[in-house]
Amino acid sequence: MKKNTNRNPVLRWIANISFTIICLIALFPILSLLLSSFRPSSELMRNGISLVFDPSTLNLDNYTYIFTQAEQYWGWYGNSLVITAVTIVLSLFFSSMVGYALAVYDFRGRNFFFLLVLFILMVPFEILMLPLYQLMISLQLINTYTAVVLPMVVAPIAVFFFRQYAIGLPKELMDAARIDGSTEYGIFFKIMLPLMAPSLAAMAILQGLGAWNNFLWPLLVLRSNDMFTLPIGLATLLTPYGNNYDVLIAGSVMTIIPVIILFIFFQRFFVAGLTVGGVKG
Amino acid sequence: MLETSKETGRALSPAKGPNKFMKFLNSRSVAPYVFISPFIISFLVLSFYPTIRAIIMSFQSILPGQIEFIGMSNYSRISNPTFYKALSNTTIYVILTVVILVVVPIILSVLLDSKFVKFKTIFRASLFVPALASTIVAGMVFRLMFGETDTAAANQILNWLGLQSVEWRYNAWSGMFLMVLLACWKWMGVNILYFLAALQNVPKELYEAAEIDGATMFKKFLFVTLPFLKPVTIFVVTISIINGFRMFEESFVFWEAGSPGNIGLTVVGYIYQQGIQQNDMGFGAAIGVVLMLIIFVVSFIQLILTGAFKKGDE
Repeated sequence: MKKNTNRNPVLRWIANISFTIICLIALFPILSLLLSSFRPSSELMRNGISLVFDPSTLNLDNYTYIFTQAEQYWGWYGNSLVITAVTIVLSLFFSSMVGYALAVYDFRGRNFFFLLVLFILMVPFEILMLPLYQLMISLQLINTYTAVVLPMVVAPIAVFFFRQYAIGLPKELMDAARIDGSTEYGIFFKIMLPLMAPSLAAMAILQGLGAWNNFLWPLLVLRSNDMFTLPIGLATLLTPYGNNYDVLIAGSVMTIIPVIILFIFFQRFFVAGLTVGGVKG
Repeated sequence: MLETSKETGRALSPAKGPNKFMKFLNSRSVAPYVFISPFIISFLVLSFYPTIRAIIMSFQSILPGQIEFIGMSNYSRISNPTFYKALSNTTIYVILTVVILVVVPIILSVLLDSKFVKFKTIFRASLFVPALASTIVAGMVFRLMFGETDTAAANQILNWLGLQSVEWRYNAWSGMFLMVLLACWKWMGVNILYFLAALQNVPKELYEAAEIDGATMFKKFLFVTLPFLKPVTIFVVTISIINGFRMFEESFVFWEAGSPGNIGLTVVGYIYQQGIQQNDMGFGAAIGVVLMLIIFVVSFIQLILTGAFKKGDE
């Protein structure tokens, strides 16, 4: 080890500088979005994002507009917040129950159900979307929050993750609780679920980010502007003729910033959530 | 402790019936099924039923209030130039994203794991940030950077290098470039994390042994590191293939409803166009069934070629 550090100071410089450049490239689109949000939107629409521009054109107009006049944008924001919150609560509740049972109980059909979870993980949602869309029409759920949230309520990836996590829980606690007279459900909610907190945090982030950024399914089932979520609403502004670039730019910044702030505080859980497929089986 | 007294209190007060029922629900042979019942219901309603329904629909002509079986004709209609265009776009996209999103993350993660690099945490975090942005927002930024005018960032760079400006969204090659770039930008950091995690499992003694044998850095990488990365590589390739075939947003954000000459049309985009926009659900379902078969066959071939099934025998 010593040999390397002495021999290769140049290599170290090269490696560190190249990584700095790579990271700047990775962050560039987000930084340029942030910077562009302070530029006149008409110019952005005409010229795109330029590398050089007149710094004296920087102003707060886009934000003034969005905070005072873009009521429709805040409607989308509210829809996205509600849908994300409901998705997180329901999918965590149901998926953790299922994953937990698959991990701690020995019951007939356990392996079958677990294989079923893995199988659904493999089937792309896009293939089921037309029949599901039809189902939503016949249940008269089109253009409701319910239609958006329903397919996400029991997430196979979360079930899988919770199962892997719950396998490692101390089962002696369950027996102890039974002797104390606790019910099976009491054991889960009062003893085991709190122990699963780190996995709940990771899945809250995975499911929350998924719901916040979800596009194709809400695009199918949401019809009216007042029901749109942020990605759908912002996409409607993405027309070459649009004169709403102020809302589009400043609005985009405000969909990303909360997520990045959360990421800075809960990095560990974000990483665990987004790389969940990598857990060992 | 508290819940115990509450439970007995509840069990004592009502009549015998509910008491028995509670006992039944609470028995250890029944409770697991209560726990997994949300999954059973959601599987039946949201996975099993739609799968069967998709297959049935693919043999039907579906018009409002008028559904009839039309045999294989949806499937024979699939064999048309637009579908082949969508399939070839998707296939090229899958190949490019799989290659780039496996090779580059391996190299970067090995470097990031080496002793040459300081500030590992900051680098890792910044590479991860793109995964947080929605494809729509990110695509919008890319669209503004890769605008047609000479004033947009990408063309400015080209002009500085003495090259001609490109109408990024109007050429087949540059359209594909934009979609692949967007996907690679977004998922690079996540894949690096997968490989970094796998690198932690390589026993340090192996490197030391290789060093004693006089192995060069490249040889160490080839014969020590790479074999340990094989399982995670198979995993990343598999999810990249599946996600590649599911691609829709990366195309939608650049061209919304339709791209010139269908340069950005993908298979899922074609399902959306036919099934939702044209309201030809039977045809859309048939494309979906074909897509499902393609994904299964490709994943299966990939898993055989990479020897993922052999592991069980060892």
